[in-house]
Amino acid sequence: MKKIKYILQKEFIQIFRNKTMLPLIFGVPIIQLVVLVHAATLEMKSIDMYVVDKDLSSLSHKMVSKFEGSPFYNVSGVSFSIKEANEAIEKNQADFILQIPYGFERDLMRENSAQVQLLIDGINGTAASLINAYSTSVITDFNRNIIVDLTKMPQVKDLNPIAIETSYWYNPELNYKIYMLPGILVILVTIVSMFLAAMNIVREKEIGTIEQLNVTPIKKFEFIAGKLVPFLIIALFELAFGLAIGKIFFHIPMVGSIPLLFGFTVVYLLVVLGIGLFISTISSTQQQVMFIAFFFMLVFILMSGIFTPTESMPMWAQKVNIINPFYYFMRVIRMILLKGSGFWDISYEFFSLLIYAVVMLSLSVWRYRKVA
Amino acid sequence: MSEFVVEVKDLKKSYEKVEAVKGVSFSVPKGELFGLIGPDGAGKTSIFRILTTLIFPTEGKVMLLNTDAVTGYRKIRNNIGYMPQRFSLYQDLSVEENLAFFARIFGTTIEENYNLIKDIYIQIEPFKDRLAGKLSGGMKQKLALCCALIHSPDILILDEPTTGVDAVSRKEFWEMLIRLKEKGITILVSTPYMDEANLCDRVALIQNGEIMAIDKPEKVISSFGRKLWAVKSNSIYQLIKDLRAFEFIDTVFPFGEYLHITTKDKDLDILEMKSVLSKKNHSDIEIKEIEANIEDCFMNLMNVN
Repeated sequence: MKKIKYILQKEFIQIFRNKTMLPLIFGVPIIQLVVLVHAATLEMKSIDMYVVDKDLSSLSHKMVSKFEGSPFYNVSGVSFSIKEANEAIEKNQADFILQIPYGFERDLMRENSAQVQLLIDGINGTAASLINAYSTSVITDFNRNIIVDLTKMPQVKDLNPIAIETSYWYNPELNYKIYMLPGILVILVTIVSMFLAAMNIVREKEIGTIEQLNVTPIKKFEFIAGKLVPFLIIALFELAFGLAIGKIFFHIPMVGSIPLLFGFTVVYLLVVLGIGLFISTISSTQQQVMFIAFFFMLVFILMSGIFTPTESMPMWAQKVNIINPFYYFMRVIRMILLKGSGFWDISYEFFSLLIYAVVMLSLSVWRYRKVA
Repeated sequence: MSEFVVEVKDLKKSYEKVEAVKGVSFSVPKGELFGLIGPDGAGKTSIFRILTTLIFPTEGKVMLLNTDAVTGYRKIRNNIGYMPQRFSLYQDLSVEENLAFFARIFGTTIEENYNLIKDIYIQIEPFKDRLAGKLSGGMKQKLALCCALIHSPDILILDEPTTGVDAVSRKEFWEMLIRLKEKGITILVSTPYMDEANLCDRVALIQNGEIMAIDKPEKVISSFGRKLWAVKSNSIYQLIKDLRAFEFIDTVFPFGEYLHITTKDKDLDILEMKSVLSKKNHSDIEIKEIEANIEDCFMNLMNVN
C-alpha cells in the first residue's frame, strides 16, 4: 500500500510540473462553461420574417403587427410576390415567410375561418421547429382575441371552457442555462479523467519508462491505482470548481444533496477511468489514444441527451445508451441539482454504473498485462 | 542449489513471424562479468528481456538465482537491476526524484544503499536538482545505472549501456562495472562493440539468435588458430577487389584503415605480396602480421557458419 503512495506522489509532481496541465485544469472549465452555456442556447431571438400580405385588410395588418410586436421577430422584407419571398429565404435574408392570402378578412368574417401559410427554412431542423412553435402560439393568441373583437358579442366570461395553464416544474422559466450547465459539466469531468488518464499511461509506454517500472516489484493493482487516483481527484476538483462557477455566475439551483452528487460522480469516474485505461492498453501512441477516445466521446456525448431528450431517440439508440456512461450521469446530475432527487431516485443509475465500473476495470486490468 | 546465478537452457523466443532466439544455453556463476557480444538484431535484447521477466520464453528454461523466470518472476524482480537500451527514466523528474522513486518502490531508501552507488552518484550529485531529460548522454547513463543499483540487486543486467556514448564515458562506464563486479554483483552486459569484449570475464558471441562461441575473451582469441595480416594501400576499395581475386587468399575484411586477411596456405611472403600489389598500381603498401582480436574471431565464426 505504501508503494501506491509513492506512485501517487510521483504522478502529482509530474502533473503539476507539466506546464500545459495547470491551464488545462483551471482554464478549460471556465472557458467551456462561460462560452458554451451562453452559446449553446435553444432560445431563438430575432427571427427574420418575410411578409407576403395579399389581403391588405385591417385584420391582416393586425396579424402582422402582432408578430412585429413580439420581441422575437424582425420583419426583414415585405412583398406581394411569393417568388421574391422565396428568394429572400434562399439568400438567407429570411427564416420564414408569413403568407396571408387574398380574402383573408372576408373569409374570416363570413365563414368564421381563414387560412394563413407559414413557409419555414428547414435547413436547421431545431430552429425550424422552434419557429413553428413560436409562430403557432402567436397566431393562436391572435385567434382568441379576434373572435371576441369581431363577433362584438357581449363578453362571455370564459370562451374556452377548458383553460390550459402550463407550469414547468424544476425550471419554471425554462431557463436554458440551468439545463445546459450540468450537461457541460459532465463532458468536462469526463474529458479530464478519460483523456488524461489514457494519455498518461500511453506516455509511459512511448517514453519507455513502463519497461523500467515493469521490472520492479510493483503489483498490477498498485500501478493502476497509482495511475487512476490522481485523475479521479482532479476530476472531482473540476466538478467542484465547475459547480462553484455555476452557482456564482449562473445561479444554478442546487436543490439536491451535493455529497450524493459527488458520491455518484466517483462511481461514474471509475467507469470513465476504466474506459480510459482500456483505451491505453490497446494503443501504443498518444495519437491512437486521441483518435479512439475522441471517437467514443463524440458518439457518447451526442447520444447522452445533452441536447435532445433520449426518450425521443429510436429504440435501438436507447438500447445503445445502456453502455453510454454519459447518459446516466447526464440524467443524474440534472435530477440531483434541479429536482433534488435522493439516493433511491437515482439508485437504478447508481447500480448500473457500479456494475459497469466493475466490468470495465476488470476488463482493462486483465488487458493490461504486466508481462506482455 | 546451483553454483550458477543465471542458467539458460535451450531458450527459444519467436515473435509473430521471426524467430529471434533459436536455442541458446549458457550459465553465469556468481560475481562474473558476462558479455553478450553481437551485432544489432542478433537477439541480445530478446534474451535480456526474458531474463528480466518482461517477456516469457517460447521454449526452454530460464533460472535466475535458482528461481524460474516464468513462475517466480515476482521474486526475481526484487533481486535484479535492469538498464534498458533506451533511457527509460522519468525525464520530467529531477535526478534525485528519480533515484528516490526507484528506491522507494523497491522498499528501500537512497541512504540505505548509498555506499553501493556512491562512486557513481558523486559524479552526478552536483546536478541532482536538474531534470533527467536535461542531462547529457553520459550523465543519463550514470543516473540509469544508479537507479538500477539502488535496491542492491544480486544481478545487474545492462542492455547495450554504452551505445551512443562517447569514448571517454564508455571507458569510465566500464571501470564502474568492474568496480561493481568486485563488490560481488553478477553483471550481464550486451554490446555491439567488440573492443569491450576484452573487459568481460567471459563472452558469448551471438549472431542470428544463436551463440557461436562462449569462453574467456583470450580463449576465444587463441581459438582463432590462424595467422592474420593487416594490409593497407592508397586505394582500399581496389585493394579489396584485388585481394579477393587471388586464389590463395581466404578472407578479406576491412577494419578501419586496414584490411585483415587470412590465407588458405599457412604463410604469406610479405615481400612477394608487396611486389605483386605494386604491379597492380597500388602504392604506399603496408603489410604486417598481427594478433587476432575478438572481432576477427567473430568474422571468422560467422564465415564458418
